[in-house]
Amino acid sequence: MRILIDNFTKTFGTTTVIRDMTLDIESGEMLALLGPSGCGKSTTLFAVCGIHRMNGGRLLFGDRDVTTVSSQDRNVGVVFQNYALYPHMNVFENISFPLKIRKESKADIDAKVREMAKLVHIEDLMERKPAQLSGGQQQRVALARALIRKPDVLLLDEPLANLDAKLRLEMRSEIRRIQQETGITAILVTHDQVEAMSMCDRIAIMNKGQIVQLSSPSEMYNEPASAFVAGFMGNPPISFLDGTVEGSSLRLDQSSIVLPLPESSRPASPASRVKLGVRPEYFQPENPDKVEGKISFIEIQGRETLYDVTLENGAVLRSIQSSGPLHKLGDTVRWGVDHSRVLAFDESGARL
Amino acid sequence: MTKNFKTLPVYILLSVLSLPLVIMYAYLVIDTFTVTTPGSLVPGPFTLHNWRFLWEPAKPGQASIWAATLNTFLFAGGTMLIVLMTSATAGYALSRLRMPMRSFMLAGLIMLHAFPTVTLIISVFLILQIIGLYDTLIGVILVRAALDLPLGVWIMKGFYDNVPWEIEMAGVQDGASRFTVWWRLILPQIQPGLAALGIFSFLQAWSEFILPQVLAPGANAQVLSVYMQAVVKSETQMDFTLFKTIGLFYTLPVVVIYLIFNKKLMNIYGGGTKG
Repeated sequence: MRILIDNFTKTFGTTTVIRDMTLDIESGEMLALLGPSGCGKSTTLFAVCGIHRMNGGRLLFGDRDVTTVSSQDRNVGVVFQNYALYPHMNVFENISFPLKIRKESKADIDAKVREMAKLVHIEDLMERKPAQLSGGQQQRVALARALIRKPDVLLLDEPLANLDAKLRLEMRSEIRRIQQETGITAILVTHDQVEAMSMCDRIAIMNKGQIVQLSSPSEMYNEPASAFVAGFMGNPPISFLDGTVEGSSLRLDQSSIVLPLPESSRPASPASRVKLGVRPEYFQPENPDKVEGKISFIEIQGRETLYDVTLENGAVLRSIQSSGPLHKLGDTVRWGVDHSRVLAFDESGARL
Repeated sequence: MTKNFKTLPVYILLSVLSLPLVIMYAYLVIDTFTVTTPGSLVPGPFTLHNWRFLWEPAKPGQASIWAATLNTFLFAGGTMLIVLMTSATAGYALSRLRMPMRSFMLAGLIMLHAFPTVTLIISVFLILQIIGLYDTLIGVILVRAALDLPLGVWIMKGFYDNVPWEIEMAGVQDGASRFTVWWRLILPQIQPGLAALGIFSFLQAWSEFILPQVLAPGANAQVLSVYMQAVVKSETQMDFTLFKTIGLFYTLPVVVIYLIFNKKLMNIYGGGTKG
């Protein structure tokens, strides 16, 4: 079902957390609300499920205006960060609780719960109490409970935050599989850009109560709208170089290094200040525009090696290389920047 | 095995130290069933003479033991019910609802708890007389419950604080009303606290003497403690074995309750739910 958040405003006391936010989520889409803590993403989620009242704007599920409808009547499924399973009920009772509240017949409940358990692969755990389940299993139960009444929208609040690294990888693809099999519209709230990129069709990146950019994961990575987005997306993160425009090039601050500006960006006015963003994969030995620096940090990640290269003005460029660690700490290297893939931002952080 | 072996000396030491208590209790029981001369350590022949108050009709002007027992159960049970119902709801409100004067009430609760019963008894006496509840069981029940409530509400608030609020939100999302959420999802989480508080207030009321003595001394509303006092006063010749027997009879329910529920009672100090 299509979800439309229209001009949503939320205030707590005198502070406005979110102002005039508009977000249109297509039917069957999985959308990530991504942002640092305190950016308003959870507030948005709670407004959609009805826990927070909206101070302004409208909320539409399909054509139905649910702005003032109570949580109970909204038909929203929520998976909380700590799963919020009911500790005194076993798995079957947990999953069937929403149906029992609706007073469905016992046979109906039984059939639906079995079917849902099959979908999330917990058929053998029905008699267990939540305390007897692993984190991943608890997550599956929480998903089943959220999905059992066929909600209009599924909300996931940091669903992977409480899992260890290996389970996180597994549940990432599991949640996506379940979402695609049921064809449900889903909103994922997360501060982890890897989660957002790997699980979602589109990402809405938020900062200070505003949606800064809304696009597909690859577009967001390759064409970030601002330095904030560029800095948020990508791991290891992008590195920034400050400089002043000289013709079609950029002279880095307090140095003799001159780098060409990317052709794709709008020509900056002469002598204006520009911030260049260079992702680690575009700072490589074989690239043409060489920059000299000293290796100040090496991180061996197994398949790849990450180098921090400190330039003569103290700025740091990161390079990620698939070959083994060929260089030592303190080595002076001359590696190149791929200027066609460099991102240029103006002083306010907007993309040029 | 080694662990048990190591703790053996500790057990022996503790046993020796508590031996005087155990012996006293043993003789309390033995004395009521035997004809034993005071000061003698050897029990005399078996008799039920000391327990005669259970089946003999009450002396004129005195309440019957069974009426007093029923009254005590009503008094303790009624107090427990009021304390449980009020604490369960008030504790929830203080823990979860954003209401005016919340912090004032929290501080006030602690203050109320600080008043000893005796300091209030004259004013309570006057109030009960004015509203016509003097010398009634309902009157003492209300007073006893009121005195238990500050602690009860405070303890229940602590238990509610330990229930994650996500459980409540999940329940609301699952379509349950606020009342259903409280009744079916939250109350089961604080059930250990409720059990402990219930037993606690029952026992407190069971052993209460001052309040019933002052506020409901008449034969109609007499509870066991007051009954005992009346018996002691009416005997011209002090029959200590009779007092002992009544005392033992009075203690029995308490002992039974402790034996059954001692694990639950511990919860009140442990606080909160197990994961």
